[in-house]
Order: sequence, then structure tokens, then C-alpha cells
Amino acid sequence: MLAGGQSLIPLMKMRLARPTALIDINFVPGLSGIQSHNGELRFGALARHTDVEMSEAVATIPILHDCAAGIADVQVRNQGTIGGSLAEADPSGDWGATLLTLETSLQCTGPQGERSIRLEDFIKDAYTTVLAHDELVRGITVKKPPRNSGGAYQAFKRSAPVYATASAAVQLTLEGKDICKDIRVVLGCVGLTAIRAKKAEDELRGKKIDGKTIQRAAEAAREAAEPYSDMRGSADYKRALVAALVKRALGIALRRARGERVEAGHEYVGR
Amino acid sequence: MSGVETVSVRVRVNGEPREALVEPRTLLVEFLRENLNLTGTHIGCDTTYCGACTVLLNGRTVKSCTLFAPMADGGEITTVEGLSTNGALHPVQQAFAECHGLQCGYCTPGLLLSTVHLLNKTAKPTDKQIRKAIAGNTCRCTGYQNILKAIRMAADEMGKR
Repeated sequence: MLAGGQSLIPLMKMRLARPTALIDINFVPGLSGIQSHNGELRFGALARHTDVEMSEAVATIPILHDCAAGIADVQVRNQGTIGGSLAEADPSGDWGATLLTLETSLQCTGPQGERSIRLEDFIKDAYTTVLAHDELVRGITVKKPPRNSGGAYQAFKRSAPVYATASAAVQLTLEGKDICKDIRVVLGCVGLTAIRAKKAEDELRGKKIDGKTIQRAAEAAREAAEPYSDMRGSADYKRALVAALVKRALGIALRRARGERVEAGHEYVGR
Repeated sequence: MSGVETVSVRVRVNGEPREALVEPRTLLVEFLRENLNLTGTHIGCDTTYCGACTVLLNGRTVKSCTLFAPMADGGEITTVEGLSTNGALHPVQQAFAECHGLQCGYCTPGLLLSTVHLLNKTAKPTDKQIRKAIAGNTCRCTGYQNILKAIRMAADEMGKR
């Protein structure tokens, strides 16, 4: 299946993917809208990252805007799709980590009919999902977080067009001014899939969010990461980086949960 | 082996209807350069990084090395050849020339189209917006400072019209 092609075509050029046949779904109508409905955001699989970035409905959930506005560069965002990104399940992809902090499900269609799969059940391993060969992702549904909730996505990359070296996604809900009622912390690029750092969440859930608990959560995130050393950095470097990104993301998410507008997203040289 | 399978690709390029029979795996940049003989669009890295192959497809920039030509079927394409009118440079081209926003010129077609795309959407971009808009275009000569100057000048010029 060929959607935006921004990952598949490079993979084919490197002969890492050698499909015998490709079906271009770009001309299928009705697959690219973004709608707000009944407390949910519904994305067509072919919604381009730029469409998500520009969507007014999406602006109400800042973590989604953080993610969409910083994926690769303008040209790639104009063409790449949210459905394609999730179906590729690249461990360094931005959408997987971001959407795991929210209640996200994928609507998948095949000859057997339609089924809805929760994102945590959809991603099995690096580049591997539960999609059958004759199935495709038709849309993505994201439940809107409650009012006193805030999130942030922080990704660090060496330059705009490349995958991040590490990333952190946080979505938290407050009780009062600084008690963490609920939270999800997800780490990207530091394992075979995006990693939910549950121990980091436990350091904060039900507790006051302050410098101390944020530090403990960042330490727990460092422990939860399972990075490999590669051209983007050593495993130790990535652990240190992901802890720093979790800390930053927590700080931004907290300010946003309190109603503050904060600009955030990908960091890279020359930005 | 039987004959190679081909598909017809019909597009409008710089306002002109164009059509060619190509193998489905033909990249858009190959289609432009080899089938349509429009060699202003460059292939730099061929890995979706450098942006030398940037063109406008239906008003949005894309990296033409990372699209199969059939994906653009029915579309409206602008390449660097389509920027000038009756021999007069586009204000963005004029500004790049005046500010010396290039040295070897290899990345320039892509940078021009990324700039046109930016200024079509945002009449008075901030420096931050300019940097973000050209983050997908690599220049190995200039150090970017004169490119930034050129884009600021083009924005001012186009704002006066």
C-alpha cells in the first residue's frame, strides 16, 4: 500500500523494501479529512502532516500540533500521512510516541470487514503491526483529553529532515493546581517500539508535580529506555537525552494543563 | 521477459498540459527531467534529504525524488522553469540574484520553490518562519546568510505589489 510514500519510497530505493506490487491509495476519496465529533478527533489515514499542523480542531490538543509541525521538513510534511506513519511502525516515527499518550484507535478495513484496533495493540514490534496483508488503515480516532489536561512532544534531531535521536511525549491531567491526577509518558527512538514509561508515570500519578517528582520521573524514564548505539548517538547518550526531554515535556505539559500557551516541538540545529 | 509495463501520466507543468507513458516506478523528478526534458529540477541526494528536487505539486512543495510520477497524475506542477514571466525573473529569483543567495547554484531551484511556497502562504514571514520553511533545503556553499537576506528582500518586494 502506497500512501504518502515518504518512508516507503526511500526504503525501496535502498532495497530494504522490495514489494512486487504497490497499490496507490492517494486517489481514494474520503480518506484525508480531519473531523471533530463527539469528543473525538477523527483523522482520515491520508491526512497529511501539514493538514494536521494547520487544522483548527487539532490546535485544541497541543501535543498533536507539536508532533505534526516538526516531522521532517515542509516538503515531507506536505506529502507524508498520519496513517502511513503509524502503519510503517518505525521505532523512530513521531506519531506512535505522541498518540500513545492519548486514547487512540485505528480503523482498519479488509475483505473480512472493518475492525477497530487500539494503538497499543496495533504496534507489535519494529516495523511490524497486526495489520493483515490485505488490510489497510482507513482512519485514526483520538479521544480528546479532559479540560484540565496538557501534553507536550519533545524530539531532538540533528537536522530537520532526519529522524529524531530521542523523543518524549507526555500527557497529564491535573487535580487542582499541581496534583497529577493521571499521566502517560512515552519515549520514542529508544527501543524497538515507542516505550510507555510506566514507572515514570507512577512517580507522578497522585502526587504533587514539582522539581523533585519531575526529577524522579526523568530518572525512571532513563531506566525504561532501551536504546541501541548507532550513528545518532551512543546508548548512554540517548538515555541522558531522553531523560532531559521527559523533564522538558513535563514542564511544558504542566504549564499547558494550567491553561498557558506554550510553543514547543522538535529541536534541531538552525531552528 | 514480456514488454515493460507502462502507465500514462498526465499533468499540467508550468501551465502546459504534458503527458508521457512511463514505467510506474518512475520518480517524478525523472519524469520531469527525462520525459519532459525539464532539467532545472535537480537530483541532489536522492534520499529525501537535500531538497534540490523540490517542486510545487498542487500548490504545495514536495521532494520530487520521493514521489512516483503516477502519484502526480492529474496534478498541477510548477518547476523552476515556470517562475519567470516573458523573460522577467520572478521577484524571488531577482532577490536571490541581487543578494547573491547562491554560489554553485545546485540547490537553488529547490530553494526558490520553497521560498515561493512560503511567500504564497505567509506574506511577511518572521526569521523563524523563514528558517523553518527552508529547513528541508540543504545548501553546502553559502552558509545560508545570503539566502535569508534574499528571502527577506523577496518578501518586501512582493509585499509592495
